This record gives sequence, C-alpha cells and structure tokens, in this order.
Amino acid sequence: MTSQKSPNTNQEISRNKAEAGPSRRDFLLQSSRTAAGIGLAAMLGNLGQWALSYGADKEPIKVGVLHSLSGTMAISEVSLKDVVSMAVEEINAKGGLLGRPLKLVIVDPASNWDLFAEKAKQLLVQDKVAVVFGCWTSVSRKSVLPVFEKNNGLLFYPVQYEGEECSRNVFYTGAAVNQQAVPAVEYLMSKEGGGLKKFYLLGTDYVYPRTTNKILRAMLLAKKVPAANIMEEYTPFHHQDYQTIVGKIKKFSAGGGACVISTINGDSNVPFYKEFANQGLRADDAPIMAFSVAEDELRGMDKTALVGHLAAWNYYQSVDTPQNKQFVANFKAYCKKNNLPDGDKRVTDDPIEAAYFGVHVWKQAVEKAGSIEVDAVRKAVYGQKFLAPGGEIMMDVANHHTNKPVLIGEILKDGQFKVVWRSKGLVKPEPWSEYTNPEKGCDWVTHQGTYKKA
Amino acid sequence: MRRIVGLALLWCMAWVVTGGLAAEAHTSASPPMQLEQALKDLSSEEESARDLAIHVLIEQGDSTWLPRLDALRANADRSLRMAIKPVADAWKHRANLTSLDADMRRSAATDLGTGGRTVVIPWLEAAAATESHRWVRYAMEESIQLLKLASDDPEVKAQAAEKLGELRSQNAVPALKALAQGVGEPNSTQDQNHVARAAAVAIDQIETWNVWSTAIETLFRGISLSSILLIMSVGLAIVFGLMGVINMAHGELMMIGAYATFVMQECFKVYVPADWFDAYYLAALPAAFLAAALFGLILEATVIRFLYGRPLETMLATWGVSLILIQGARIYFGDLTAVAAPTWLNGGTQVMVGVFLPFNRLFIIGLSILCVTGIYLLLFRSSVGLRVRAVTQNRNMSACLGIPTRKVDAYTFAFGSGLAGIAGWALTLVGNVEPGLGQNYIVDSFMVVVTGGVGKLAGTIIASLGIGGLNKLMEPSLGAVYAKVLILVLVILFLQRRPSGLFAVKGRHAEG
Repeated sequence: MTSQKSPNTNQEISRNKAEAGPSRRDFLLQSSRTAAGIGLAAMLGNLGQWALSYGADKEPIKVGVLHSLSGTMAISEVSLKDVVSMAVEEINAKGGLLGRPLKLVIVDPASNWDLFAEKAKQLLVQDKVAVVFGCWTSVSRKSVLPVFEKNNGLLFYPVQYEGEECSRNVFYTGAAVNQQAVPAVEYLMSKEGGGLKKFYLLGTDYVYPRTTNKILRAMLLAKKVPAANIMEEYTPFHHQDYQTIVGKIKKFSAGGGACVISTINGDSNVPFYKEFANQGLRADDAPIMAFSVAEDELRGMDKTALVGHLAAWNYYQSVDTPQNKQFVANFKAYCKKNNLPDGDKRVTDDPIEAAYFGVHVWKQAVEKAGSIEVDAVRKAVYGQKFLAPGGEIMMDVANHHTNKPVLIGEILKDGQFKVVWRSKGLVKPEPWSEYTNPEKGCDWVTHQGTYKKA
Repeated sequence: MRRIVGLALLWCMAWVVTGGLAAEAHTSASPPMQLEQALKDLSSEEESARDLAIHVLIEQGDSTWLPRLDALRANADRSLRMAIKPVADAWKHRANLTSLDADMRRSAATDLGTGGRTVVIPWLEAAAATESHRWVRYAMEESIQLLKLASDDPEVKAQAAEKLGELRSQNAVPALKALAQGVGEPNSTQDQNHVARAAAVAIDQIETWNVWSTAIETLFRGISLSSILLIMSVGLAIVFGLMGVINMAHGELMMIGAYATFVMQECFKVYVPADWFDAYYLAALPAAFLAAALFGLILEATVIRFLYGRPLETMLATWGVSLILIQGARIYFGDLTAVAAPTWLNGGTQVMVGVFLPFNRLFIIGLSILCVTGIYLLLFRSSVGLRVRAVTQNRNMSACLGIPTRKVDAYTFAFGSGLAGIAGWALTLVGNVEPGLGQNYIVDSFMVVVTGGVGKLAGTIIASLGIGGLNKLMEPSLGAVYAKVLILVLVILFLQRRPSGLFAVKGRHAEG
C-alpha cells in the first residue's frame, strides 16, 4: 500500500513544482498557503467522515459511476447516471446489500477519453469502489480497459457496441453486433421486412461503425448479396452537409428494394434525416435502419423527418410489460423528485434499461457470492437471471455478455417506437462474430477469455 | 393396394369437384359476396388461395372495406397480417391518388408502381388523365410503364422500355438492365432480343441524362455549401478582416442566433395561434440579429476593447468566453432543443427529371446573396461604411479628423456579431441547435476568411465558392472524410505559396 502511494505523492510534488516554476515568488507563497489550507480542510473532512463511518454499525459499499456529465457525450450519458442512482436508491430502500447501504461515488470524465482512464483509476485505487457502472463510447471503454484489468476492478458497460472484446473485468449489458445489427439486417431481407436487396451502410468514421459494417458486409456477402448492391460510406464526426450522400442514396435506391443502415452518431443525425426528407426521399423508398437513435436522443429532435424510419434495439419504452410500466413511471418520478432537467417528461431507452438491470444483476451476484470481492462476484454473475423492464434477461454463463431479446421499432411522431418485429426468445451474444471471426470464441469458465475454437 | 388407389382417386375427385365449385362461386357471385369470400380466403392455409384472394380484393374492393380488414387484423397471426398488408396498402394508395396534396398523390403513384400488381394500371391511367401537376403526372406515367415492363407480352414490354427511356426514368434502370442482359445470347428468342434491344437503347438514354443531371446537382450542392460557408464567414470577415480581432467566440455568436430562433419558436408556440406559427421564423430574424449584436456589443465593451492590437491575448480571452457560453447554453437550454423549419421551407422542388432542389437550401443561397449585397452597400455606399473603412485604414488620422473611433469599433464589432446571429438563424434550417453548434463551424469560417485574404470581402466570397465547390466536386469520388482532408491540405499548400490569401491587401496600409 505504502509503496503504491509514495510515487504518487512524488509525482504530485514534482507537478506542483513544474507548475509553480515560472511564477513569481509571492504567487508561489500564496498558492502554497492555499494548497496547505485545502489539504488541511480535506484531512479534517476525511477524519470526520472516518469518525462517522466508524460510528455507524456498517460501512457503506461504494459504487462508482463513470459517465460524462459535461461535454459532447453528456446528452446521452447523464440519463445513465440518473438511472444508476435510481437503482441504487431502490436497493437502499429495501435495506441495502449484505446489510450494508450502497453509497454512490459519481465522477465526471467530461467526454474526455484520457480523463476516463484517470477517473477510473481514482475510483478503483483511491475510492476503492466495489463496482463501476460507466462508459458510453467505445473509445472511452477502450481507454479504461487497461485500468480495470490492472487493478482487477469490475465494470458494467450498458451500451450496444461492436464486439471483438472479451475482458475478464467487464460485463457487457448492451447488445453485441449479433444482437442488434445482424438481426436488423436479416429482418430487412425477410419478406416481412420488405425483402430488401440493396444496402447502403452509412456511418460516422470511428471504431463502432467500421467494425459493425465489416461484420454486416461479410454477412451480406455470405447471404449471396452481390457486392455491387452494398455501399459503404463514412463521414467525419459532426458532419453537417449530407447533400452528396443523400444524392448518392437516391441514385442507389432507384428502382426500389434499397435501405440505409445507419451508424451515424450524435449531432450528425438531424442534418442527415432533414436532408433525406428535403430531397424528396421517403421511408417507403429507402427506410433508414439506425443503431444509434433511441428515445432519449429523439426527445430533443424535430421528429417530422424521422417518422416511419426504423431502429433496432433490445428494449423500447413502449414495450408492454407490467414491470416496464412500473420502471418508466419510477424513472419519471425519480427525475421529478430530484429536480432533474425535464422532470417527468424524461423517457427511458435501451441503454438506460441496460444500465438499470446491470445494477440489479450485480446486486444479485453479490448476494449469491456473499461478498463484494471482485472475483467471487464475477463468478456469481454467470448465468444470473433478472426480470428486466423489457422482459427476463440472462447473463451468459461464460462470455460476460447478456442474453437479450431483439426488437425492431418504427419511429412514431411522438418520439416513441412501435415494435414491428421481435426475436423469438433471447438471442445468445457472440462477442466474436461468426462472419468475421468464426474461429474465435470468448469464455471465462473453461478458457481464459478469447480462445481459438477447435 | 387397390383400395388405396381407389381412395386416392375418390379423394382427387372430391377435390376437383369442390375446387370447381369454389371457382364457380367466385365467378357467379355478386362483387360483395366475392369480396366476403376473398376476405375469408385471406386466412387460408394455402398460399395460392391467399394470393388469389389478395388479387380479388385489390381489384374489386376499395377503401370502404378497410374497417373489415382492420377487424381481421386485430387478432391476426403473422401470415394473415402479411396477406392483409398489400391489400390495405393498395386501397390506401388508390384513395390517395385523388388526394388534394400533390405529395400524397405522388407517393401513392410511386408505391403502386413498385408494388408490381398490374391490376392497378387502369387506376393510374385514369388518375394521370386528370392530373395537372407535372411531376405527379410524371410519377404516374413512370409507374404505369414500370408495371407494363413486367408484362408477358414482348410487344408491350418493348414499348414500355421505349417509353421509360423517353421519360429518363432512373427507377427503371435495374429492371431494364435485367432485360438487356439477354441480348445476343444463342438460345434467346427473337422476341427477347427485340425487348433487350429496346431496353439497351432506353438505358443509354437514361444514363446520358443521368450524367447531366448529376452535374447539375453537383453544381447546386457546391453553390449551396458555398452559400453556407459564406454566410458563416461574412461576419468573421468584418470582425477579423476589417478590425483584426481574432474572435474565437464567433461560433458561439452563431449559437446565440440559433437559440434566439429557438426561443422565438417556443414563444410562438405559447402565445400565438397555431395558424400563425410558421411566422415565428421571420420574427426570429431580427431577434437573432439583435441578440447576437447586443452580445457582441457587451463582449466588445468588457473584453475586447482592452485587447486591441494584441491578437494572442484576444484569441485566448475570446476562447475562454466561448467555453463559458457553450457550458452556459448547455446548463440553461440542455442538449435537447430543436427548431422545426416552417412548413413552407420543408421539401423541395423538382426542376427536371432527377434534379430535386430543397427549399431550405435555395433559401440560404438567396439569403447569403442578400447579406453580401447589404454589407457591400453599407461599407462602400454609406457614410457609416466610409468611417469604418477610414478607421481600419488609419486609426490616428481618422481620430484627428473627428471620427469617434471607439464608437466605430464598437458598432462594427456589433454588426459583425449580428451577422453571425443571422448565420445561426439560417443554419437551424439544415442542422441542429445545440451548445456545440459554433464549434462545428468556426474552423471552416476561419479557413474561408484566411484563404480569401484578410480584410477583403471579395476574397471571402471567392474563397467560400472555391472551397465549397471543390469539396462537393471531390466528395462523390473520394467520400466525405477524404474530401475534407484534401481540402485542408490544399488550403495549407495554397497559404504556403500565398501567405496573405487570394486577395492580398496592397499599398500603404498593408502593414495595418
């Protein structure tokens, strides 16, 4: 412990020196005084807290939340922080976990990938949290991955992603590619989905769209779709001018049977859908199937240009189950009670649901393991079942992903989805796609993570 | 053995008799009876019976039967739902063919064309005969020919192909290509060859046309992007170009304009009757200009006036201001704001086959021309403009001649800021309204102004035309990512050769 601490303090001192170096002497004096003051205050505060916790019978279990509360990703991630807080409150209201209350440690990595790693380290090393719920973008997950693996932490990652990952320290409660993109394209090819034959793969230029489209292309080719009927195109982040691309889609879709598979991210969606409608294209000419547009994003958009287009997820707010009605009502009530922005106008969506049941799955695993020790909890998570708002889900018995249902939804005028197709039962997650990496598998029970299939 | 054969025979006979009877029932019954029967057949197990029922329903039913279908659908299984869909769609489209809304008529015609059911040809022909809208009639004729193209008669096929060629129908290309492939094959019949030749000719016609329409569309897109670049950077051209202030918060001034539009929209939602809602957009123009100009005035008075002649400090200070504004907007408005374009700016107009011009883009092109003309008149044809130019050329001399240079600075800055507000107002038509809005545009604006030559309005115009045009020229072949990269590389190379931009300031005041 001490050996770990000392280099840290050394580093801090040297950093202080480097910062203070070029400044004037009185500034140095003043700043050191302030620093000393803050240090003292912090020490006193810590002491107080320690005394308090000593006084209480049971020390709380710390739960980390690592979602961007500011910056470009805040629009999506704040809702996940809210729902995790709600789930923790629910657990505390029922007497906590192992007789101890849960205590949230919320940090703000501010949509900055380096800061994600730093904050993750802070949560694991300094705050010593039992578990972390966090991350949205793939790049943020990749950046915290080494931190969790080195410090043997536990991360629940709630967003659909490109797969090709199999970490011992991460549980993926969002969809793998075979639980979202692949069934969505299969649906479009089916008679019910319109028997479409031409596919325009359009995405923002980063790892999730690239990997997803690589898998989709391999799958389409395997299903005997000629290469001439597949187009692939990427735009930079924050791309605003979709004139040329929509023009291309128009030519591509002439004669019918075409669709757009969109992995466009964030603020590019509005200009894209607007241009699509303004150039006279309709959902009947070429439906857009999106993997990154959910209720929470639709909340702020002008929906007229989006009606009739499709999305693929594992959950929608409109899913008709009693536990979902309860969940939606609870979430709205929670947001209103805590004076969160938009109060009871808030909506739930797939990542929100995945973040929510992640907390409960972890709780069940801790109860089963009887401890919060990471390795014991990890083993207890395998095969854990939970009646999530969207229906019962099951954690995979070996590969750290989640068995979930797949739902295709059509965007309605009010920003909700009408479910037009639903998978039969749960779809088993495949971190390594059968189309691009048929030889690889992911298993933490009989193998050590990624292994080569015999 | 015999008994089995006998039984089989008996069964066959029974089948033939009942089948025959059923067929007879179909032909002899009055239409409603027949439709009733067809409705029952929809849920039949056999696919052929289902198809026949669909056919009968589409041909003889109409949308007055829709409630019956809905009743069926209420507790239908998947196969029945699949059978109901084409019928309901066809009826709906038929009703829409006589709709008052031209877009609805057009959609209905297109969908009937792609539906592939020849029974609808008479409907389309009847509708086309009375249609007054040019492009709706075009869609109807195209659909008719597309359906005829799938007929069995080679003569009809060849005629349809010829017609489609004349119509320059892009939608027909895949089907025509399939037909043209059979040409010259050893075992193809004479009829097939005839059709294939007609198809090949039609494809040729369509593709020649296509080249031209693509060229025109590319030109339009280039102009449209240029107009957006121009409207973003004229304000900056004044603030940076004339006054030499590197205003990193320029993008956020656009954001203020966009949010002013949003606020105006929300106000109209609450205080103005729904019929007048679309007027919010016009009312938002002065609001956006004034809000941004007012903010520019405050910014100038509190930050920038102390930093004239110190570009680096100005840059840092205004960058700080921009960060404060972004986070302020995020906290106050949140990330979830949208401006719904007024209905008269939705959609677009078709000028010729394959060339479709969106209204919002036409509007922005017009607006940018207006803005530039206005600025030109103000700067070069008015006494205020004369003072502005005098101050920028020689501050001390202007002061000696009694021009209040401080005031002129403040007004010029406010005017440049107001133009940014107008840009923000216009950009709500194509993009979204969010705190990071300014960040998306600021780099492009600086690129345009620097490439054009600092201090020259004409340079800004030419540079935005050049950058926008080149970008759209390269994008079809290179893709959006590489087009953008290449533009940046080209700008860097250009500035290496001509550091002061396209139109360098020459003469005595060249040093500023």
